[in-house]
Amino acid sequence: MNRTKVDEEEYWHSSKFKAFTFDDDDDELSQLKESKRAVNSLRDIVDDDDDDLERVSWSGEPVGSISWSIKETASSGGPTLEGREPLKTRNSLSSYPPLPKPVSSYSLSSFFKGRSRIGSLQSLSDALSDVPPKNYAPELRRPKGEYKDYSSDWSLSDTVRRLQKGKVCSLERFRSLQEKLQLLEEAVSVHDGNVITAVLIFLKRTLSKEILFRELEVRQVALRHLIHFLKETGDQKMLLDLFRYLDRTEELALSQYQEHLSIQDPEKRKEFLKSCIGLPFSVEDAAHVQDHYTLLERQIIIEVNDRHLESAGQTEIFRKHPRKASILNMPLVTTLFYSCFYHYTEPEGTFSSPINLKKTFKIPDKQYVLTALAARAKLRAWQDVDALFTTKNWLGYTRKRAPIGFHRVVEILHKNNAPVQVLQEYIRLVEDVDTKLNLATKFKCHDVVIETYRDLKDRQQLLAYRCKVDKASAEEEKIDSILSSTQIRWKN
Amino acid sequence: MAGRTRRYKVIFSPQKFYACEMVLEEEGIYGDVSCDEWAFSLLPLDVDLLSMELPEFFRDYFLEGNQRWINTVAQALHLLSNLYGPFANCYGIGRCAKMVYETWRELEEEEEGEIKGRKPEIGHIFLLDRDVDFVTALCSQVVYEGLVDDTFRIKCGSVDFGPDVTSSDKSLKVLLNAQDKVFNEIRNEHFSNVFGFLSQKARNLQAQYDRRRGMDIKQMKNFVSQELKGLKQEHQLLSLHIGACESIMKKKTKQDFQELIKTEHALLEGFNIRESTSYIEEHIDRQVSPIESLRLMCLLSITENGLVPKDYRSLKTQYLQSYGPEHLLTFSNLRRTGLLTEQVPGDTLTAVENKVSKLVTDKAAGKLTDAFSSLAKRSNFRGISKKLGLIPRGDSEYDLKVPRDMAYVFSGAYVPLSCRIIEQVLERRGWLGLEEVVRLLNGNEFAVTDMIPEENAPSDSLRLVLVVFLGGCTFSEISALRFLGRERGYRFIFLTTAVTNSARLMEAMSEVKT
Repeated sequence: MNRTKVDEEEYWHSSKFKAFTFDDDDDELSQLKESKRAVNSLRDIVDDDDDDLERVSWSGEPVGSISWSIKETASSGGPTLEGREPLKTRNSLSSYPPLPKPVSSYSLSSFFKGRSRIGSLQSLSDALSDVPPKNYAPELRRPKGEYKDYSSDWSLSDTVRRLQKGKVCSLERFRSLQEKLQLLEEAVSVHDGNVITAVLIFLKRTLSKEILFRELEVRQVALRHLIHFLKETGDQKMLLDLFRYLDRTEELALSQYQEHLSIQDPEKRKEFLKSCIGLPFSVEDAAHVQDHYTLLERQIIIEVNDRHLESAGQTEIFRKHPRKASILNMPLVTTLFYSCFYHYTEPEGTFSSPINLKKTFKIPDKQYVLTALAARAKLRAWQDVDALFTTKNWLGYTRKRAPIGFHRVVEILHKNNAPVQVLQEYIRLVEDVDTKLNLATKFKCHDVVIETYRDLKDRQQLLAYRCKVDKASAEEEKIDSILSSTQIRWKN
Repeated sequence: MAGRTRRYKVIFSPQKFYACEMVLEEEGIYGDVSCDEWAFSLLPLDVDLLSMELPEFFRDYFLEGNQRWINTVAQALHLLSNLYGPFANCYGIGRCAKMVYETWRELEEEEEGEIKGRKPEIGHIFLLDRDVDFVTALCSQVVYEGLVDDTFRIKCGSVDFGPDVTSSDKSLKVLLNAQDKVFNEIRNEHFSNVFGFLSQKARNLQAQYDRRRGMDIKQMKNFVSQELKGLKQEHQLLSLHIGACESIMKKKTKQDFQELIKTEHALLEGFNIRESTSYIEEHIDRQVSPIESLRLMCLLSITENGLVPKDYRSLKTQYLQSYGPEHLLTFSNLRRTGLLTEQVPGDTLTAVENKVSKLVTDKAAGKLTDAFSSLAKRSNFRGISKKLGLIPRGDSEYDLKVPRDMAYVFSGAYVPLSCRIIEQVLERRGWLGLEEVVRLLNGNEFAVTDMIPEENAPSDSLRLVLVVFLGGCTFSEISALRFLGRERGYRFIFLTTAVTNSARLMEAMSEVKT
């Protein structure tokens, strides 16, 4: 064979079976040809008196110049993906052969001509073949042509019809309040939000606030459109006035609260949140906003302090586990985790101690234990984990309790690569026998499995498990000694 | 660059809004910029799927009550009816569906000449508001295409497969539609079937490769020129999809998907509610995912007609503690849309009506119930579920390999409500017999049948159904209706304002960028 490798690849990979992929450096990328053609046909539509103007592309090159046309043909259009590499190096490096680059056969132009049969039915085109296919593809409308046919005598309903079609229409002649309201009602009756908003823009400009609000209060559809319009155009002042007028106190409060999202500086944001506390929230929401303020206040203090500690370089925990991000604006649980990670042993009095956070924000036991466990497990501080669950009862005996279920504890420990001895201890505390066995088997805690089968007096299972442990291991010995014990009344 | 006059053109697509013009005018640049509109609104994503690519529709209409897109959808329907003849029968349910329908009819009446006397190619059109069935949109998807969307995010009919899927060092963007023959065979299948199917196919492929061993020169030449390229093609697609499956399985195992699905099914069926609530509580405590936690809360709320006040308060507090206090705003949005509400014992429908009746006298807004539909809407999911038989009987084992009804798209646990409604209305050619269900769905149903007398409509066209989802539709619904089509001899075409899933819905409601 005298053919080169590249030739062969090309031969094998041309195929009549077409599947579509986008390749990074594919010059023949399929794109919306229609859209590109439409955009490029801009030139035809632009006004006549533009001929003497030089057209320049976004990069600064004059349109039609040599450098511009080079860029145009070189760009493959479509989504630019990272890392373009020249074709030949990619082929030699990657073992993944490139899929052929055909065009999607769903041509938009045929869709818009209506000749492609929807649902592949038997075509009725015979009956319709004498009708020339009308091209329904969306075209760029000539800017001047359709809009200059207005007179000033359109009736109310005609005006609204014109607005629906996007035509230029002056509303100025509707000066009486009655006419304005009729116009609004007509707009609402055609359901078109764009038209309703257009009328509202006019009313906003030509009516006093009080009258506008008064009339909209009893027109819910129009009112919704005004509210959304004010939100979208950022007219916060009028929006708040509107909520006040409507006595929608909660929305008023929430809308003001929302402004905090655009304040980046932590101190300023904190001050702003403080000012939100007195707003007319519902009782629960007021508490949440109060908590938000308190949390940010704490976080600022902790952040300043910890950054100082970290740069001083004297504290071990920060040296061993440098902080990856600031604690500002993090949720409460994340802050608690952080505090359990970096400030676990601190007494209640400090702002950064976990106990302080728990008390201040009334964090329930369940959440607290879960978070503290995750943090201490990550640090592999098994003794701390132990202490979390150990309580002394009134007789002085210690016992282990968990508000979250020991199976959860085991899972979190395992996720943090706890050693088998630690895992075993907690698996033993799982109450449900099936769960216990599942976990013990899954995490290879052989002793627990053996003990459990022994307690269940299940000899068959014990025998079966014997095959799973290593030969001549301590576990095997243990199993053997149990099996040979005369004191156990096996059930099978 | 100084001293040059520049011309700027702004092209609005699909539509230019008056508010935009106003902004240009206020900023003093109205005359300096010429504006144009390019009404490109229908993107064919597949042989039976048309998308308007308007994801903002959901939030604009269902949260803010803005009706700006109604005209756009009506124009799209007008275009379709111009291309494919008039529709013989129209059905719909939902306030937005009604408005779209009315607007569309106006357009048709204005331009009657165009389609007079033409034979319809599409027999039925069905318009649905997304909020008629939130439950389906909130469920985890388990048909292959839905899973790919949930896991990798399909955008405009294509998906980005990362290195873990392509088993190489680069990502690949792949177009997913009926042209991908491997994909087309597995897209509607329940995930449990997919891996087995793909492995079998891989084995078949290998067998075909191996055929070349026993061939003579002539046969080999033939094989190479006709078949080998196709086989290689298929092989590459196969390995891509197998890679996707493996990636999906890995992710789902990590997320404890089994437990999650169990909880969802319990919510759908309406038992073990306390356990499900505890599961959600733990999900939030562990900070698993803000979007997933929210989705589960919404599912609980809709299936149970709102959360018990104690649960609402405590879950909300825990959510804010786990994911951030700013989500106070997200909860407000969810409440307004009706996705996450609190049971309010004293407020029956009539009490609310009385409170608001003093304010509302708007004739143009329609009936009293329309004017405050977001306040008064109740979910009634359990009642609807019973009446429509959405939860299949659990007597025999549900065979996912040979599905017997649309519930297979949710592992046999639940028939998508939206699809069931469509099935029933098509069967009855209207809403007769469904009055109770319609009442529970808060009304706004309509049916206009026999616009073209059925003798004049070619029998083929009567099997073609165009389903219009206002606010988005999921791949699960598409798969379920494709199944229904095969069973009943219909052919469904889908027109949606955008393809959606539970994550997109939640993100649209979130006031905080996650």
